[in-house]
Amino acid sequence: MRGIDYVLKRIGFAVVTIFVAVTINFVLFRLAPGSAVTNLSRVPHATQQLRHALEVQFGLDKSKGEQYVIYLKQLLHGNLGVSFEYEQPVSKELRIALINTLPMVTLGTLFSILIGTLTGVIAAWRRGTPVEALTVSSALGFYSMPTQWLGLMLIIIFSGVLPTGGMTNEFLLNPGFWQHLKDLASHIVLPSLTLGLVLYGEYTLIVRSAMLETLGEDYILTARAKGLKPWTIVRKHALRNAMLPITTLVALSLGYIVAGAILIEIVFSWPGIGRAVYEAVLQRDYPMLQGAFLLLTISVVICNLIADLLYFKLDPRITE
Amino acid sequence: MTNVAPLIEAPAEVESSRRGFLFQTLRRRPAAVIGATILVLVGLTAVLAPWIAPYGLHTQVGRVFGHPSWRHPLGLDDGGIDMVTLLMWGVRVSLVVGFAATFVSMAIGGAIGVVAGYFGGVVDTILMRITDYFLVVPDVPLMIVVAAIWGPSLFHIIIVIGILLWTSTARVIRAQVKSVRERVYVKRARALGAGHTRIVLRHVLPQVAPLLIANTVLTIAVAIFDETALSFLGLGDPSTTSLGQVIEHAFERTAISSGAWWAIVPPGALVALIILACSLVGGSLEDALNPRLRVAHLSARTFRLRPLVGRGTDAL
Repeated sequence: MRGIDYVLKRIGFAVVTIFVAVTINFVLFRLAPGSAVTNLSRVPHATQQLRHALEVQFGLDKSKGEQYVIYLKQLLHGNLGVSFEYEQPVSKELRIALINTLPMVTLGTLFSILIGTLTGVIAAWRRGTPVEALTVSSALGFYSMPTQWLGLMLIIIFSGVLPTGGMTNEFLLNPGFWQHLKDLASHIVLPSLTLGLVLYGEYTLIVRSAMLETLGEDYILTARAKGLKPWTIVRKHALRNAMLPITTLVALSLGYIVAGAILIEIVFSWPGIGRAVYEAVLQRDYPMLQGAFLLLTISVVICNLIADLLYFKLDPRITE
Repeated sequence: MTNVAPLIEAPAEVESSRRGFLFQTLRRRPAAVIGATILVLVGLTAVLAPWIAPYGLHTQVGRVFGHPSWRHPLGLDDGGIDMVTLLMWGVRVSLVVGFAATFVSMAIGGAIGVVAGYFGGVVDTILMRITDYFLVVPDVPLMIVVAAIWGPSLFHIIIVIGILLWTSTARVIRAQVKSVRERVYVKRARALGAGHTRIVLRHVLPQVAPLLIANTVLTIAVAIFDETALSFLGLGDPSTTSLGQVIEHAFERTAISSGAWWAIVPPGALVALIILACSLVGGSLEDALNPRLRVAHLSARTFRLRPLVGRGTDAL
């Protein structure tokens, strides 16, 4: 029963968080100088009538409260407004961008979790040896590099070997399925690798300290006293328990992944969400920026919820 | 297990002075010494930039993307400006942003952490809910939105970074304050009639200070990192030169396709160096303050029995 309580609580928190994000989104853009009307009525000989007609058309003559209710209603119908730049519904543009972003980010994140866990476990297990010094210092090194700069370095190193921009080769006419897939795969390597390298350092450090804490527990001493092999202890006794803090911290680094994805997509001209944010900033395309921010926030909140529920599955003692 | 093994290598002198403890920790760890040295060097360069920079920040001294030479060890940038000069001034602005933004976030995070931890109850619940919210919301997109609406300026960048980075500080400080509050000497002080302000300032804050310092150093790294990200998105102040902007200009003005690696490698490497130094110092401090990390029952080479020594009777 308490388990259900916990699950409901987490879901409730996620819903409230999304609601707050929506509200902030509404308020922030109302604070922006000018409105759609001041821009559109900047034509020569704009009369007061034109201005007023535009205000009515955009619903700006209504009170802020009414506007907020309309905003919420439209949001529930999936209406994120119309992009200034593309003159297309924002939701449509964002859907395309999201589909492009997901494979790149997923690949990079999986890579970093894999490498990070492996090197973290090794670093903790080989505590006080040169192996630890090497893994920790390389992790710290990659952790310190600015994302966009690491991407640019990879471009300098791999230019000529791997494609360094875009998602597909535009000069490939009517490629077959396999050819297309090969093309995509070669384009995804560098962006994913950049994200993977930027993230892995942090994961190594997290896994290492979580492992060090578990290795200090009494049950590890017991396991050792039983004469179990060190590798068995690491795998079955320590890593399993260290998974708890690791899950939380990986979930907390989601914001970092999002930031990384934005910078990487700019560097590699990857036509995803990050690129959309960048374009929106340059063009002051507020509806697009608003939509992208909302999408990013909601996905991070939902991923966090999943992590929380996973945490509960891993350790049912949690009730707070 | 609630009680933690006491610091094995720590003699009584550690207790005697907290400042001494900080310095000792730093001295004993090579990582911390390296980090601190880098920070001091970088800091000196930043302070002395106007006097030691070899050329003017706005004077063209050669052709566009001029190659490295004896007179210009790191070559010239897209405007024919000496890269060494540019980097010295860039470090200055980046450090200012890093320190100022960190100061803002420390003030907010420290205040929220102390208030939530000290008073507990409803205040704690409300403040922690707010913190949870800020912890979940992705920082950089929110920074982008706010910076895009406010318009580019160094002051805005500092405030935006500062008001979004305080969450970890607030959490760390709250946890510490909660444990310090229950200690006997705090209760004694209260019994002697000390007010909340006095207890917090005289008894609680000094106890959490080392952790606060460790957290500060780590936050500086994040702030500098975020500044380069915002600059890269074109949201930096166009009238100043930060390291992030040096990278952004080189990228925008095709340093890579011109083969001018010297315009883009050094500024990023310098940012990485500063962040690395902060991480080394902050990390070693945090490590030293977390006694649990010293205890390792399982270690590949040495199986240490040390943790059992001095743990007291309850370990048996």
